[in-house]
Amino acid sequence: MKYSGLAVLREALRGHTGWKPAWRDATPAPEYDVVIIGGGGHGLATAFYLARHHHVGRIAVVEKSWLGSGSIGRNTTIIRSNYLLPGNIPFYELSMKLWEGLEQEVNYNAMVSQRGVYNIFHSDAQRDAYARRGNAMRLHGVDAQLLDRATLRAKIPYLDYENARFPIQGALLQARGGTVRHDAVAWGYARAADRLGVDIIQNCEVTGITRQNGSVTGIETTRGFIGAKKLGLAVAGASSLVASMAGLRLPIESHALQAFVTEALKPLIDNVITFGAGHFYISQSDKGGLVFGGDLDGYNSYAARGNLPTIEDVCEGGMALMPMIGRARLVRHWGGIMDMTMDGSPIIDKTPVENLYLNAGWCYGGFKATPASGFCFAHLIAQNTTHEVAGAYRLDRFAEGRLIDEKGVGAQPNLH
Amino acid sequence: MSAYRLPTGGLIDRAQPLHFRFDGKAYQGYAGDTLASALLANGVRLMGRSFKYHRPRGVLSAGSEEPNALVELRSGAHREPNTRATVAELFEGLTATSQNRYPSLKYDILAINGLFSPFFTAGFYYKTFMWPASFWEKLYEPAIRRAAGLGRSAAVPDPDVYEKSTIFCDVLVIGGGVAGLEAARAASATGGRVILCDEGPLLGGQALNDGAEVDLSGLENVTLLTRTTVFGVYDGGTYGAVTRLTDHLPSANAPRQRMLRIIAPRSILAAGAIERPLIFGNNDLPGVMLAGAVRAYIHRYAVAPGRRALLALNHDDAAATITALAGAGIAIAGVIDARPASSNFVQSLAAQMGAPLFSGARILRALGRLEVSGAEVLQRDGATLNLPCDLIAMSGGCNPTLHLTSHLDGKPVWDERIASFIPGKLPPGMQAIGACAGERINRNILPVWSSGRAGGKEFVDFQNDVTAADITLAEQEGFVAVEHLKRYTTLGMATDQGKTANVNAIALMAAASGQSIPQAGTTRFRPPYTPVALGALAGGHRGQQFKPRRLTPTHAWAAAQGATFIETGLWLRAQYFPRPGEDWQEATRREVHAVRNAVGICDVTTLGKIDIQGPGAVAFLEFVYSNGWANLAVGRARYGLMLREDGFVMDDGTCARLGETHFVMTTTTANAAKVMQHLEFCHQILRPELDVCCISVTDQWAQIAIAGPESRHVLEKLVDAPFDISNAAFPYMEAASLSVCDGTSARLFRLSFSGELAYELAVPARFGDALASRLMQAGAEFGITPYGTEALGVLRIEKGHPAGPELNGQTTAHDLGMAKLLSGKKDFIGRALAARPALTGPDRSTLVGLTPLDGATLLRAGSHLLKPGVPATAANDEGFITSASYSPTLGHPIALALLANGPARLGEHIRVYDPVRNGDTLAQVVAPVFYDPSGSRLHA
Amino acid sequence: MRITCPHCGQRGLEEFLYHGDATPQRPSDGGATPTVEWTDYVYLRDNKNFAHEELWYHSAGCHAWLRVTRDLSTHEIQDVRQA
Repeated sequence: MKYSGLAVLREALRGHTGWKPAWRDATPAPEYDVVIIGGGGHGLATAFYLARHHHVGRIAVVEKSWLGSGSIGRNTTIIRSNYLLPGNIPFYELSMKLWEGLEQEVNYNAMVSQRGVYNIFHSDAQRDAYARRGNAMRLHGVDAQLLDRATLRAKIPYLDYENARFPIQGALLQARGGTVRHDAVAWGYARAADRLGVDIIQNCEVTGITRQNGSVTGIETTRGFIGAKKLGLAVAGASSLVASMAGLRLPIESHALQAFVTEALKPLIDNVITFGAGHFYISQSDKGGLVFGGDLDGYNSYAARGNLPTIEDVCEGGMALMPMIGRARLVRHWGGIMDMTMDGSPIIDKTPVENLYLNAGWCYGGFKATPASGFCFAHLIAQNTTHEVAGAYRLDRFAEGRLIDEKGVGAQPNLH
Repeated sequence: MSAYRLPTGGLIDRAQPLHFRFDGKAYQGYAGDTLASALLANGVRLMGRSFKYHRPRGVLSAGSEEPNALVELRSGAHREPNTRATVAELFEGLTATSQNRYPSLKYDILAINGLFSPFFTAGFYYKTFMWPASFWEKLYEPAIRRAAGLGRSAAVPDPDVYEKSTIFCDVLVIGGGVAGLEAARAASATGGRVILCDEGPLLGGQALNDGAEVDLSGLENVTLLTRTTVFGVYDGGTYGAVTRLTDHLPSANAPRQRMLRIIAPRSILAAGAIERPLIFGNNDLPGVMLAGAVRAYIHRYAVAPGRRALLALNHDDAAATITALAGAGIAIAGVIDARPASSNFVQSLAAQMGAPLFSGARILRALGRLEVSGAEVLQRDGATLNLPCDLIAMSGGCNPTLHLTSHLDGKPVWDERIASFIPGKLPPGMQAIGACAGERINRNILPVWSSGRAGGKEFVDFQNDVTAADITLAEQEGFVAVEHLKRYTTLGMATDQGKTANVNAIALMAAASGQSIPQAGTTRFRPPYTPVALGALAGGHRGQQFKPRRLTPTHAWAAAQGATFIETGLWLRAQYFPRPGEDWQEATRREVHAVRNAVGICDVTTLGKIDIQGPGAVAFLEFVYSNGWANLAVGRARYGLMLREDGFVMDDGTCARLGETHFVMTTTTANAAKVMQHLEFCHQILRPELDVCCISVTDQWAQIAIAGPESRHVLEKLVDAPFDISNAAFPYMEAASLSVCDGTSARLFRLSFSGELAYELAVPARFGDALASRLMQAGAEFGITPYGTEALGVLRIEKGHPAGPELNGQTTAHDLGMAKLLSGKKDFIGRALAARPALTGPDRSTLVGLTPLDGATLLRAGSHLLKPGVPATAANDEGFITSASYSPTLGHPIALALLANGPARLGEHIRVYDPVRNGDTLAQVVAPVFYDPSGSRLHA
Repeated sequence: MRITCPHCGQRGLEEFLYHGDATPQRPSDGGATPTVEWTDYVYLRDNKNFAHEELWYHSAGCHAWLRVTRDLSTHEIQDVRQA
């Protein structure tokens, strides 16, 4: 059934008896033309764009838990394309354009809200670094504005302009940046992919990748063997674990990142704001909770939770930037597992194993990348060639030294 | 006496009447009351509006699990939204305001949402509001945001002060009820350090609510922390807690809350249990309460929550409510026991108190508009009966308060015997006892999860307005997994985090999907247990105290000179020293001129200084620097380049050899700590066989640069005889230990960042301030001038020295024109990967200088570089400006830039494109050293 | 998380800085050419779950580099020694 205001009205009048499951709970077929491991945002988006734009035959998405149980439902919902380096900007801008048409494309309201992303700067050097970034964005046709202190203050009056340890000097603004309701992205892609015939197989954990003559033939799972002519990995924090089933070592470490939400408040913060003198960024959800986050906990982890030092550090950053939030109460904090690469940028590439494709290394920027990641990964799997905007996301760039290191911190994943 | 206050009893202090206001109206309560109990005592039952449908809500509970009675406490900057009236202690002058309603609590316009509720089912917003796309931000979202949310933030800086503390114990007891007190007593008896935390102001837990005596003996050596909530369990026996120090006081000149990090190898969880509501129509009406809460209001607060009560239960524990009601003189309209055969216990209590007992019956729905006026009861024989009442006390059993047990890896497990989840795997060192372990609760329970849809909304999650029908719809649409259910319906996501809702919801989902409860899933909880103010988690780290401030040894002296300071990492450094009437540019130009033509001094203490000693020191430096050190003579210094192992530049600086086995290294200010860590890594992990020791001496030495053609003349007056600083005796890049100012030990380095004849003089940090004064005295005759970081930056750009903007972690030695500093003769950090073609290719952006073609337009760092005449697109982007300034020495603007294939392009014109600042001009590519390229002035 | 430094005793996480996997060995060939051993050493990690040997730096303490064995699924620290 197509979702619309009219459909809601019609169902309301007949007691909502007509709604069908948003997607079928598929049982695995013996073989598929393409199997995507990972029923998160990237995997579901990949399946959707494969089914929508490419003729690849039967497609399945295999998820070890419930659909959307990983980072797609644990992030802080921010979308933006305010990147610095030429390897990144076109990709994230494609993602932004796909976000802008997402709801109509998948017929699901994911509440894409382009409310503006402000990166606050606190020194001349930081201003110049943001100018470099803003200019790079403009050269790529992406919107960017550099705001001085007075302009920023007029737009966002409640920051600590008077007593800050690191005085606020201005901000880089991407007005098209914003937020999206994260779970709805997974559900929207899942429903749309399902309607195009994709089998979404939940509670099906992959235990092995079978190969013959250096080429993938299928996967062993907790629900039996599933044949696959082509196999795509989109398993984020578990990338190294799943890739190792095919004998691959990756330039990735898995790290915990925490996220936070407060009790619901009436509208208070209208934009996405990132602090430049500490690790803190914040927005307010449509329900009213202040959603915020900060830095990685900093150590390898497969436990989706963090510890107090980071929690305190993040809240200190928040109070330093906007001391009005002191009486707002933290209602929940949680963690996700990030696939941190050695240069802080992702990988969408073929692997040394024939017909095995890798989508990984999203660090903590995976959510905003979801549509373009799926779009480009689908392109790669179907065409066997890299999509032009993802051309820099090669697996061999590490060995070759063609790194995409936005922060300039080198091969130290916890610093990206 | 208030209308509903009982004449005697309770733990309130009738000698201490307190006055307070709710929604502007004045009331009176007593010390010991909560806001909720005081309002109930005054007959006020309507305290809030629900999130979505704006339904009238009263009090459900008497504790921190309260989903309904949320208010804005206090006013002005102290306004605290979403405060649970059930735990807000009453104080004199308290003001509270109802929230999420307009214009008033009684007449809320958005209650109309209730009429449209057939449309506002779970997840309806995912299905609509999609066309046209632009209307989302403009129309739909603002309307939704305004309607959503609960209380209003004060939107001004939090005026309160918070603090933090780390405390240690052998045993942490969480929960001060009877079980917790007993455990603390026992643990203390063994001589260990025991801390007991309880979220309330009084110890005794449930006993307080049941009117029982509380034994507080044997706790003399226990640290008792009341008003303290252990909100989270973290790794390694670390517990997060918050103590509310002054929230119960009208005002206080003291911190509001204290966050505690409690380090405890063992903990005992004695957190009790939380009652769960029964599901029936309109079970959210004011006057419908948990049975335990009814007992609490009667026994603890001496409040009659109604005059005529109905008690609905399905187990024996709640039967105590019969006695409580009767004792308070509240008529009992009926005891509705869901069990077809009521237990003897309930039967005899009911008979004893003259309460009509309806076995095998259940409430179909509550009746009433703004509060309960009766209930429709389905009797065992199928007949329905309307029973008038103004209070419904309900109990569907209790859920162990096991939240903390699931903060690490623990998954609660279903216990069929008590129809509740009990703790599963416990955090290391934790033990659960009493009700929270499932002990002695829900006796003879017959679980009842639904009334069976008899009309009226049946609320499961009261605060987020999630109904039994929403759960059925979620199941119908495939959102069956517990996490899907929560996310799709928002169940358990409100301020109470589903404390009263989650188990009922799982049971309803299990029923809808034809699974058993353990099959349907389990309930896990995230920290914090109850919401924690962000201010408490930040503690004192806000405003100027956000981060420590490091001051240079000459800070006071510089301040006395009128310096303007600037944040450089944690340091505050003098930025410039304006004379009356000067702006920063004028001051900077004057300071630059002084260095170029006379002499200036600048505190460079902030540069990292690392003392390196040992027979292995030379080999160690060979390893950590890319260039060679073997032939550096004692008494000489050298520029050093340090790479990361991935081949990119990490840091640069100088290193001086003060003795055969003694070196002192300088790092950039920004990387001081990072280089120290790196050196320890290189030594301890990679080259442990080297006999060498490194220690940071940044804070031990005050270091001042004396730069300019007259610098030697100034220094000659300070250096103690017989040390000779003539050019011949102490040439460029010389270093020495010596004494100055009549016997102060010092280190002198002939280094230059400015390109002039220059020295850096280091003295023990305590003499830094005095040294600055002495230098000024000695240099007065030469026109000595203090200069700050602005002039320092200009001088180094004129000289083409790379600094932070060029050492940005993305550049290689090749990019900075330092490829010759990569030794080909030794192993060093970064050697192998620096040799990769991608790090040395001619297409890389390489350091050049730029001057504006018109000789006047200021160039700005961050501008990008394009060939003139080509479209401004990414494909034509050739680099960017790293550093720029006006050069007072040359009389025109200059810049350093990284330009593709830079060195081959000297003399070319390049477009300097800065659209974010409306800049667009032309520049000429020149060599990066603008000033004295031959270096003759350094050697003067 | 708390780490028992062999020099300083048990200390909180906030005193330490993390480096990463302790097992990759720096090639000993002098680094004249960027061989695959070098790129593997710098960039590739096993990144396995459960017992993980890793390097921590006691930055706010004794400046020792520690070799810590920690279960990545539970954060439980099983062993700490001077690296």
